[in-house]
Amino acid sequence: MIINLVWLVPLIPFLGFIINGLGRNTLSKNTVAFIGSTAVFASFVLSVAIFMALGNDTHKSHEVFLFDWIRAGQLNIPLSFLVDPLSSIMLLIITGVGFLIHVYSAGYMHDDDGFGKFFSYLNLFIFFMLLLVLGSNYIVMFIGWEGVGLCSYLLIGFWYSNNNYASAAKKAFVMNRIGDLGFLIAVFLIFNTFGSLEFKEIFPKAAGLISSGDSTIILITLCLFIGACGKSAQLPLFTWLPDAMAGPTPVSALIHAATMVTAGVYMIARSNVLFELAPVIQHLIAIIGLATALLGALIALTQTDIKKVLAYSTVSQLGYMFLGLGVGAYDGAFFHVITHAFFKALLFLGAGSVIHAMHHAQDMRIMGGLRKKLPITYRTMLIGTIAIAGLPPFSGFFSKDEILAHVYEQNKIMWAIGVFTAFLTAFYMFRMLFLTFYGTYRGTTHHAEDHIHESPKSMTIPLIVLAVLSAIGGIIGIPHSLGGHHWLSEWLSPVITHHAAAPDHATEYMLMGITVVGVLISIGIAYNRYIGKAHVPADENAERSSLVGLSYNKFYIDELYDAIIRKPLDAMSGFFYRIMDTKIIDGIVNGLGWGTNEASKSLRLIQTGNVGFYIFMMVVGIISMLLYTYLSI
Amino acid sequence: MEQLLLILLFFPLVSAIVTACSGSAAKPVALISSLVSLGIAAVLVLNFIPDASLQFGINYPWITALGISFKAGVDGLSIIPILLTNLLIPIIILTTFKSGHKNEPAFLALMLFMQTGLLLVFTAMDAFLFYIGWEAALIPIYFICAIWGGKDRIRVNMKFFVYTVGGSLFMLLGIIYLYLQNPAQNFDIQAFYNLDLDAAQQSWVFWAFFLAFAIKMPIFPFHTWQPDTYTEAPAAGTMLLSGIMLKMGIYGVIRWILPVVPLGLTEWGMTAFILSIIGIVYASIIAFKQQNAKRLIAYSSIAHVGLISAGIFSLNAQGLQGAMIQMLSHGINVVGLFFIMDIIANRMKTNDIAALGGIAKVAPKLAIVFLIIVLGTVALPGTNGFIGEFLLLMGVYQVNIWAAVFAGLTIIFGAVYMFRTYQGIMLGKTNDLTLTFRDIQGSEQVVLYIICALIIVIGVYPKPVLHLSEAAVQQLLEQVNQKLISVK
Repeated sequence: MIINLVWLVPLIPFLGFIINGLGRNTLSKNTVAFIGSTAVFASFVLSVAIFMALGNDTHKSHEVFLFDWIRAGQLNIPLSFLVDPLSSIMLLIITGVGFLIHVYSAGYMHDDDGFGKFFSYLNLFIFFMLLLVLGSNYIVMFIGWEGVGLCSYLLIGFWYSNNNYASAAKKAFVMNRIGDLGFLIAVFLIFNTFGSLEFKEIFPKAAGLISSGDSTIILITLCLFIGACGKSAQLPLFTWLPDAMAGPTPVSALIHAATMVTAGVYMIARSNVLFELAPVIQHLIAIIGLATALLGALIALTQTDIKKVLAYSTVSQLGYMFLGLGVGAYDGAFFHVITHAFFKALLFLGAGSVIHAMHHAQDMRIMGGLRKKLPITYRTMLIGTIAIAGLPPFSGFFSKDEILAHVYEQNKIMWAIGVFTAFLTAFYMFRMLFLTFYGTYRGTTHHAEDHIHESPKSMTIPLIVLAVLSAIGGIIGIPHSLGGHHWLSEWLSPVITHHAAAPDHATEYMLMGITVVGVLISIGIAYNRYIGKAHVPADENAERSSLVGLSYNKFYIDELYDAIIRKPLDAMSGFFYRIMDTKIIDGIVNGLGWGTNEASKSLRLIQTGNVGFYIFMMVVGIISMLLYTYLSI
Repeated sequence: MEQLLLILLFFPLVSAIVTACSGSAAKPVALISSLVSLGIAAVLVLNFIPDASLQFGINYPWITALGISFKAGVDGLSIIPILLTNLLIPIIILTTFKSGHKNEPAFLALMLFMQTGLLLVFTAMDAFLFYIGWEAALIPIYFICAIWGGKDRIRVNMKFFVYTVGGSLFMLLGIIYLYLQNPAQNFDIQAFYNLDLDAAQQSWVFWAFFLAFAIKMPIFPFHTWQPDTYTEAPAAGTMLLSGIMLKMGIYGVIRWILPVVPLGLTEWGMTAFILSIIGIVYASIIAFKQQNAKRLIAYSSIAHVGLISAGIFSLNAQGLQGAMIQMLSHGINVVGLFFIMDIIANRMKTNDIAALGGIAKVAPKLAIVFLIIVLGTVALPGTNGFIGEFLLLMGVYQVNIWAAVFAGLTIIFGAVYMFRTYQGIMLGKTNDLTLTFRDIQGSEQVVLYIICALIIVIGVYPKPVLHLSEAAVQQLLEQVNQKLISVK
């Protein structure tokens, strides 16, 4: 059966990594791009076949065992894969969107010296990401989890000669590691509680073993959530993601928008049985998600770097997903993972196309009027912008509204904040679109207007495909209130058994109405400000009112962390080294050493001596001992 | 098969003598003989049956008047340190191929001499023999540091000497005490296991042994000789100390403290556990700000060893198995790191992170191997470091969840200081100094590729290694528990 061949899905990109890694300096760029893209495409084809096979199968969960990995005492961790509705659909997204981004990269990175290295890293990333979603236990998931973190490190720091980029890479790795410690502790707790780390052992047992709200399950889910916060850039661990924009733009699209950063959502959706037993943590997730959504949107309002706008928008959209998870709408959150993968990959790739045309300028203040120069980029980005803003019938509308409807059922105030954030989203996204593509060109001679032209086909075709998906992707989850039957929710039902309460149809229509009207008004305000009044954001050092300044400076969160974490640790480092080690401990040892003054005198003699003599003495000693043995027998 | 262990033990000693006399051919002679040793060890490992029994045992009466016998053997606890020693010695010899030492034959002969001492430590089943091996391993390294060390070697060696001699003396007292308590009037480890000492007696013996082992590893606060010595010792000496010698301390705890004085352990094991964990965080925090990369790695080694020690003192299967495999992994990784520091110091005449930078651009091969070793050190899954640290942390967790959180900070802190080091040396702009850097070649490549291969192979398929010690660890735990139960 084809499902048993699932190990090929990650293996093929891994081979691509090996071949391109070894041949990075010898293979031609076309060969490298061909190998890298074909590897992912082959995985995609196989994933489609597996997906189909699973659809036709009555049995919805297949485990494919490879080998025993770690054993110690009661602990036994096999390397094995799990194919079920949740993982099979992740396979499609990773390999599908991944393939498009590989093709795009062939054009985008064409003039870069590190072309071969870039493609090998991308393939390696796909490999680890597939491992993450395929793992049948928390440890295999963790291999992928940390592996994608490594690839993220390598790709953020791809242009490592720039020390700031290298620092951004390090920051991403370290912040992820904070979350990973949470993940590890959760793993220990789970093993201690269930005696296994296998999903198939844990989830069916959970409800029977543990009563809802038990302190163990609260601790487990809290630690898992901390892990998710690191990987999926939630408060307070989100600050690495905007910095991660230092990487080449296809990386931002693939890793820092479509796939890796949604791993936290995947992990929580996978563990939904556990989280259902810990309502306190669910509330916490909802609150953190909402706060992250709002904060990301507030910062995105004033950013002037096109990639930074998208980065904060990603933070904000991830917040929505966590909000959905927190109210128990796991399928809704996962729906948003899918649609977000389409439109955010599209938006990043579109931004990449703009940056490519602008010769690596990213500041929207020197753009403007690009829609005539870059017609395909403009049109596809327009679709992406509408999709993220949440206007029907584009994909983002369905997934975001599903989440918000469930939030409404639980808490009206949280719903209001969520909807307000949606209005902000529409505003900053259209602000970005207007500043980039409308008005007149504001570039200097350095970025001469005549030189700006549309990107090559390898870049525009992925844009078009993603634009189509962003436009129609919502069909997989059309709600019952709009005459659909929510295919995604049905598909996932073997994994996600819990369905959060949804409002009745009349309420749902009202909620949809409010969002759509509000979004339209937001777009109108953005239109009025950036097209009507042709407003351009002020220069770097210009005076800003306190609120705008707060947003523009990202609420000074990096500075805050610096002051409360890094500086105290640095001070401790100095104190331990200069006072504790050198003065106190060494002082005591030297005090003891005073008594052995005699020893030091004889030592001085040794140091002037002849080595050969000492070796001779040692050998004599040994031989005499052996002789003694011999004689005494 | 009978004499295999004897050959393994004394072949390096013979090689040492031959090497000392081989003049300008010393390097190849030493390398070849160390490879032969590795071959012998491989035969031993392949013929080793991974159960809890003592194998390849030898037992000759030695100083009969005192009940001292030449009793040695191999079991699941000693097989990994034996493998580690024989694996690393040829690697370390190979690292010296490109750097010249004055009086080369003596230098290499001392290393080979030391190998016999180390192997005695790891196989001795007689306390006196253990002590002889311990000293036989210490004396050569002392000379290596004192004669071939850096500018500050006299002062640093003094400290090293005070610490280690102090530790050894306490251990000797402990051994003699056990001997005097032993009705059979011998130094046989089996007899020591069966001694019936009360809690107070065991506590004293615990401290006598623990001090020696804690200094050797080292564990906070007995560590201050280590950064100085590692920094001032010649590169090969640092590799011997960090790669193999500190495992004498770890092995000592497992072999001599756990089964001999379990009551001492119930009294003081928690203290040792806490000190170990403090050491992890303490040394990591110091490593943050170190400017000298060699000293930084020295502190990172204290952190890593602290975790191993904490795993042992947590007294469970995961902690002990983690310690066994991490002995091997830490040895491989730390030798790799110190070798890279040596390569950089030879070419750039400095290990100051601030003076370096951008080497990745001019030395892409070094950039890759250095990164892989860094990943092994920060315990990325798929590398050898992960297997060990995961099991160790799991062991620590079973004692106390907050201990695991605190010890687990090494996951975060390790990433901070290792990636800071990597960035400072390899990334960023290439400066006037680093522009002249030559990429690794010849024997340097061989060594580093072997190390990288080991990091990945052990990380991906650790089962054969874990399997070696599994039964012995299980038996050791039962032994300790039984003894504790019988006392209660």
